[in-house]
Amino acid sequence: MNRDIKRDLGIIVIAAVVYFAISLLIQNDYYRLMLALVPVWAIVGISWNVFSGYSGMVSFGHASFFGLGAYTVTLLLVKLDVSPWFGIPIGMLVGVLAGALIGWPTFRLRGHYFALAMLAYPLALLYIFEWLGYQEVSLPMKRESPAAFMQFKDQRYYVAIALVLLVIAMAVALKIERSRFGLSLLAIKQNEPAAEAAGINTLAWKMKAIMVSGAICAAVGGLYAVMLLVVTPPSVFGMLTSAQALIVTLFGGVATVWGPVVGSAILIPLSEILHAELGHVIPGIQGVVFGLAIVLVILLAPEGVVPHVRDWWTRRQGAQSPATRDDAKHPVADVSQTHDAGTRRAVDPTVLLQVDGISRAFGGLKAVEDVSFAVRKGEVLGIIGPNGAGKTTLFNLLNGFIPPNAGKVMWDSTNLVGLRPNEICRRGIGRTFQVVRPFPRMTVLQNVVVGAFVAEADDDKAIALAREALQRVGMAERAETLAGGLTNVELRLMELARALASRPKLLLLDETLAGLGSQEIERMLAVIDALARSGVTIVIIEHTMQAMVRLADRLVVLDHGRLLAEGPPELVTKDARVIEAYLGKRWMKHAQH
Amino acid sequence: MSVWIHIENVLQALAAGILVGAVYGLMCVGLGLIYGVMRVINFAQGDFLMLGMYAALYLFAGLGLTALGPYVGPVIAALLGAVILYGFGALLHHLLLARVTGIRVAGTESEGHYPQLILTLGISLILANGGLLVFGSMPQNIRTPLSSSAWEIGPLVGNDLSVFLNKARSVAFLVSVLVAIALYLFITRSRVGKTLRAAADNPEAATYMGIDVDRAYRIAFAIGIAITGVAGGLVATYYPFQPYVGLEFVIIMYAGVVLGGFGSIVGAFWGGLTIGLVQQLSTLILPVQLQNAAIFVVFLLIVLIRPEGLFGRNAERV
Repeated sequence: MNRDIKRDLGIIVIAAVVYFAISLLIQNDYYRLMLALVPVWAIVGISWNVFSGYSGMVSFGHASFFGLGAYTVTLLLVKLDVSPWFGIPIGMLVGVLAGALIGWPTFRLRGHYFALAMLAYPLALLYIFEWLGYQEVSLPMKRESPAAFMQFKDQRYYVAIALVLLVIAMAVALKIERSRFGLSLLAIKQNEPAAEAAGINTLAWKMKAIMVSGAICAAVGGLYAVMLLVVTPPSVFGMLTSAQALIVTLFGGVATVWGPVVGSAILIPLSEILHAELGHVIPGIQGVVFGLAIVLVILLAPEGVVPHVRDWWTRRQGAQSPATRDDAKHPVADVSQTHDAGTRRAVDPTVLLQVDGISRAFGGLKAVEDVSFAVRKGEVLGIIGPNGAGKTTLFNLLNGFIPPNAGKVMWDSTNLVGLRPNEICRRGIGRTFQVVRPFPRMTVLQNVVVGAFVAEADDDKAIALAREALQRVGMAERAETLAGGLTNVELRLMELARALASRPKLLLLDETLAGLGSQEIERMLAVIDALARSGVTIVIIEHTMQAMVRLADRLVVLDHGRLLAEGPPELVTKDARVIEAYLGKRWMKHAQH
Repeated sequence: MSVWIHIENVLQALAAGILVGAVYGLMCVGLGLIYGVMRVINFAQGDFLMLGMYAALYLFAGLGLTALGPYVGPVIAALLGAVILYGFGALLHHLLLARVTGIRVAGTESEGHYPQLILTLGISLILANGGLLVFGSMPQNIRTPLSSSAWEIGPLVGNDLSVFLNKARSVAFLVSVLVAIALYLFITRSRVGKTLRAAADNPEAATYMGIDVDRAYRIAFAIGIAITGVAGGLVATYYPFQPYVGLEFVIIMYAGVVLGGFGSIVGAFWGGLTIGLVQQLSTLILPVQLQNAAIFVVFLLIVLIRPEGLFGRNAERV
């Protein structure tokens, strides 16, 4: 993994050197400025991409960071005579702080609301800076020691500085993309609840991402101020700044390291040249170019230029099958030992999880009411009940998706109530979902790796752990397939592996058998049984009795949110109240015969 | 004595707030309708407002509507402008938006929100900058004597307490309220309105019921733009504008629509009205430059504290 990064970084450095060499050949001052602007906007794009591109939370407000960086550098120079060499790093700190201050309240919002709220920050800042009297601040010329104040007559110095900054930004992006940071963000983008349940601290990653992004954006904002020597609120906090960040990235390719760079390299010269040549005849041509660029990209190549060309290239090269190198060694998993209902697993009498009087109401509907039961170490506990009995709500209460109105969930002598799902996952409780929640555009292996991050601090070890988990559920040969292309039973097995990869002590399985054919059910039951025998305690929701009776050591029966019965399957299934709940009174007589 | 001046200031700000607020309400209704039916946040709504302004300006001058007098002429111009915008909106939907909305994207990843936002951002940039190209950057307005004259209510207490209602704003207020009511009746009573609501509720189910969802979306988009366009034509009678004016209003619209509970048309109107009041009342305590900042802050507070809106049920429905 690290060797990959080094190689890619090498390519980036070489490209930067070549770019700089070309800039040395250019004589015209205006074109030199343009050559410096390309990396500047590429960096703004990268900063947007690091946050929005990977996490999927669209920010229309990156001008906040850009403008704060620009004004920090400018005001430090004007008021305190601090050189931009120090001003830019200080600006980055301001960017980190702004990222934290903006992110903290705004991450409570989703989708559209988030995008709109982000739009409001820079515009509010714009008016505040105008009101503060900073309508137009010029950077004073330092003729005695220009270099110490980052002031150069020759624009090519700025090209060099911008390129250094760009290489750093790309290195950061590369590091993020190739680590759990990027994968966690991608998981959040594709299915946030699933990421949270898999132990990803979604808020923490989003905060980290916006702070890194804010720092990068503020740095380049500061450089921009130094280059243009004058700062106005509309030029740095304006809509076009935020829009440009997003446009160069979308044009080049979201969530790719090179995307913003390619987008900037195409769009910035295009719009600048048109502006220079035609600006006096056709004012606003720049904006029209940017507008047309993204309209065309969305309609023709929504994934962006870089992925589009890459796909086209690989297609031309002839479809190469994805490497399945080390999976080939273990084609089929070790679940071959057939399920044997006769022999019971060893159940430890110690209580692993104690649910104590837990209740939850939605408005007037009491979804779960005063339910208490214990889960013993090593057992398979089945939770059954008719539709609407509150089974899934119970799981959501146990893994922290919804807080209970009353009651306790004791685990290792601590109360889990009030913890976020990722914290509960970290303590050793994994879960799967009734409606499968894959990360559809990641490979099976990546899906499972996301789960493994909790258990392993080292990325390579996490990958090994994920492969092992896939092995245990018999999915090793599908590791490189995109999750979006799996069959139902494979999706469920993958989700099981993802939960397993966090090395849980307790697994909550929500209707893992739903929608499966009879052979698939056999496959699934065998896997679950093998897991239980390997020492994982399992709580499984199911409403088909047959499967449950074969699998579970004990059953808990819910009806209308209440605990109806509890005990070994053979007793529970004969319980009159259970039969009544399932079949209604009329059938009681028939059922008992 | 000075107490009366304060009271007069407050009443004056209230009156102004209600007058401009109703016009804001109407623009919000346009945006709210589009969101309510299509689940698309139209970034370019402010620029359609700008187009409404220029349409009214040129129609007023070009068609000789000046002959109809300062009261009727501009109103007719604004309404005719809406017809043009309806056609423009329908065309834009057909050519661009239909490709990223509707049945085509139902059930895909995040229902296609991402491309929709970006596409309307692109349209916004093209319209605003293209506007600069076509209309020039000189600020314009629809000049009638009404914008600089007012009706006086009062004096209410002795010689002191008078509230002045700007005539142009008052006409705009009245027309806004009437258009909003007409649209409400259309959506709730007419057959087309019911189609729109069905398509909004569940596009897939509506398709199975034989409703052409793409057509419903097209109608909603075009009406939404036309409605905002009318509001633009009305604003043009008392507010100088240039091609970038859209950005000033788009936040007002978002704020109003969010305040009203996204997707509720009635809520959007009240939301816009509230924003008008906030804007005008803020001038009592804040410097004028911070008037717009106040709107953004209010907007942020609303989204952060009560994202379901002040008037909305939590529902994201029409």
